[in-house]
Amino acid sequence: MAVRTFIEAIRTTLAQEMRRDPSIIVLGEDVGLKGGVFLATDGLQAEFGEARVIDTPLTESMIVGVSIGAAINGLRPVAEIQFADFIFPAFNQIQSQAARMRYRTNNAVGLPMVIRTPYGGGVHGALYHSQSVEAFFTHIPGIKVVVPSTPLDARGLLRSAIRDPDPVLFLEHKKLYRSVRGEVPDTDYVTPLGSAAITRAGTQVTVIAYGLMAHHALEAAARVAEEGISVEVIDLRTLRPLDTETVLNSVRKTGKCLIAYEDNRFGGYGAEIAALVAEEVFDYLDAPVTRIAGPDVPGVPYSHVLEDWFMVNPDKIAAGIRKLAAY
Amino acid sequence: MDVSANQPGDLAAPGEPGARWLGVAASAGLTRDDLLGLYRVMALGRALDERMWILNRSGRVAFVISGQGHEGAQAGITWALRPGEDWLAPYYRSITAVLRMGLTPREILLGSYARADDPSSGGRQMPNHYGHIGRKILSVSSPVASQVLHAVGIALAAKLRGTGEVVVTSTGEGSSNQGDVHEALNFAAIHRLPFVYVVENNGYAISVPSARELPVDDVAARAAAFGIPGVIVRGTDVVGCYVAAREAVRRARAGEGPTLIEAKVERLTAHSSDDQQTRYRSEEEIAAHRALDPLPAFRGQLRAAGVLTAEAEAAMAAEIGEAVEDATRFAEAAADPTLESASSWVFAEDWPGERPPAWGDGTGRD
Ligand SMILES: Cc1ncc(C[n+]2csc(CCOP(=O)(O)OP(=O)(O)O)c2C)c(N)n1
Ligand SMILES: [Mg+2]
Repeated sequence: MAVRTFIEAIRTTLAQEMRRDPSIIVLGEDVGLKGGVFLATDGLQAEFGEARVIDTPLTESMIVGVSIGAAINGLRPVAEIQFADFIFPAFNQIQSQAARMRYRTNNAVGLPMVIRTPYGGGVHGALYHSQSVEAFFTHIPGIKVVVPSTPLDARGLLRSAIRDPDPVLFLEHKKLYRSVRGEVPDTDYVTPLGSAAITRAGTQVTVIAYGLMAHHALEAAARVAEEGISVEVIDLRTLRPLDTETVLNSVRKTGKCLIAYEDNRFGGYGAEIAALVAEEVFDYLDAPVTRIAGPDVPGVPYSHVLEDWFMVNPDKIAAGIRKLAAY
Repeated sequence: MDVSANQPGDLAAPGEPGARWLGVAASAGLTRDDLLGLYRVMALGRALDERMWILNRSGRVAFVISGQGHEGAQAGITWALRPGEDWLAPYYRSITAVLRMGLTPREILLGSYARADDPSSGGRQMPNHYGHIGRKILSVSSPVASQVLHAVGIALAAKLRGTGEVVVTSTGEGSSNQGDVHEALNFAAIHRLPFVYVVENNGYAISVPSARELPVDDVAARAAAFGIPGVIVRGTDVVGCYVAAREAVRRARAGEGPTLIEAKVERLTAHSSDDQQTRYRSEEEIAAHRALDPLPAFRGQLRAAGVLTAEAEAAMAAEIGEAVEDATRFAEAAADPTLESASSWVFAEDWPGERPPAWGDGTGRD
């Protein structure tokens, strides 16, 4: 079994899937000769040619809109949006078109397509290279939203996403690309969509996270364990469709729930989890459902001082856990 | 398409007889002081840009995105504007253009260092995201071409309010493909707005060569679709850039509507400090493009015409060197933004509902 970085898992899985299925194409800005600005598609054009690995013009609406058409006519596009911050010129195509095609045709037309995009802060990317965009998209019925946090899941979930009959938004936290390594089997395993993972078992507090925060949550849990607080950590992996049972079962057990997310707090994805927990397992709760999330300023600022202030980190999550445990 | 109408002849060719060249510049209305001013702003843009790379490579500033190779077009075109009175909606390569419009080296490096007094954003934006509303320099935003519609809106307001202002914006050729650009030109042309759209065509959008970005050689060809002039200039031909811009600005002020100016330039650096251009550009190509550097080209013309003497050149170099040193010292010593300022100015006033939650946000400051 090979040890790979997160980005190697993405890259090698794209190559394996393209070898397996000739209908898969990759398209996006700089994905060909350069191999993507993060090198997630490095080597693909050399292996599969310019027809299947397309350097597109700098036009995101085109990237997604053309992918929709190609999916209608027999291809499986894997589009890359260079940074999640730049997905908004394509928002109209994603939300009004891709997400509605199956419903509006009464199941006559489905769209097997993936939109991969790097998201997230902590890399000194400032207002427009740091954003967490998941809440805009998890709000939309008809598009699946996937956020792996480990190389193992990056491969397993990307496989599932590519093989899925519906559009999938695949969010890759750019800080994980090279900082996280892990064992990635060379078997044809998949990680099913819609299934969360319990990454640490515990009894007193449930911490729910995804992406970079799934790592920070584990680190926070390890810290407070030394103080005698037992934390169960859930890595959601797929935000929509959500694995509600794993979430609810854990909270039934611990009675306390904290959701950690990097996005702005107000109306963020964690609000949906909080509402779900409050509605479904209220009788089991021993404390308010709480969130540790990014502050409500429009974007992650560039200055180190301000960026550090913005980012949710293990310290902040640990502080939230302590407060909840003491409640 | 109106590709050659405003070409004042081949001014860029080295060895061009100086007197004839000076005659063309003079007939364009450029005095010796103008020519020296153009050269100075280009040389300052270059020197400051080179300083940013040094600061980046020595770990002082985390990012740089460069204007090297674009100076001639930017200087020539903005020379037709009135700093402080006309508007510029720049992009991340616009260092020479913003210097011409009144941003100072100190202010630019405050941005590179993300200091509290950075006039563009108080350290909130990445370096080279220029802006200074008091000097009518619109704030740069990273999503490319997003400013083009804003520039058209500024021009609409200028027309309705009768201010006499002209609005210039620029993007790269890759960014010119965004739908917003077509929507902007369409609206500006319908309403004959005082607007000039500059495309700084350096042949690449990061790694993607223009043949993969555009089905035609010239972005200027698209002007025809909006019934406006599309003019091509070369970035090594500073006087030609000025002449084209002067005519575009005249049209704009006269209510005749927008112009598209395409400046053929070279990107003399990698896309940014995060890019390694040898992955997609050969060493030979990079070396060949160095020969199209507008700075030595213009310097050669000025020398041949007797406008730039050796003494004047040395004095200017010393003055620019000191300005860059001064800006570096100033920005290096300036203060970072404070934590207290981090959440200010989301709105004009504070709203109780926007404050951090009573339960706490994990910072220990609750
Ligand atoms: C909407 C959007 N998509 C993608 C990017 C990432 N990006 C930044 S610059 C750039 C290339 C721009 O090329 P061009 O317009 O030719 O300008 P140049 O950098 O060559 O001057 C890309 C793809 C972005 N900033 N905004
Ligand atoms: Mg370009």
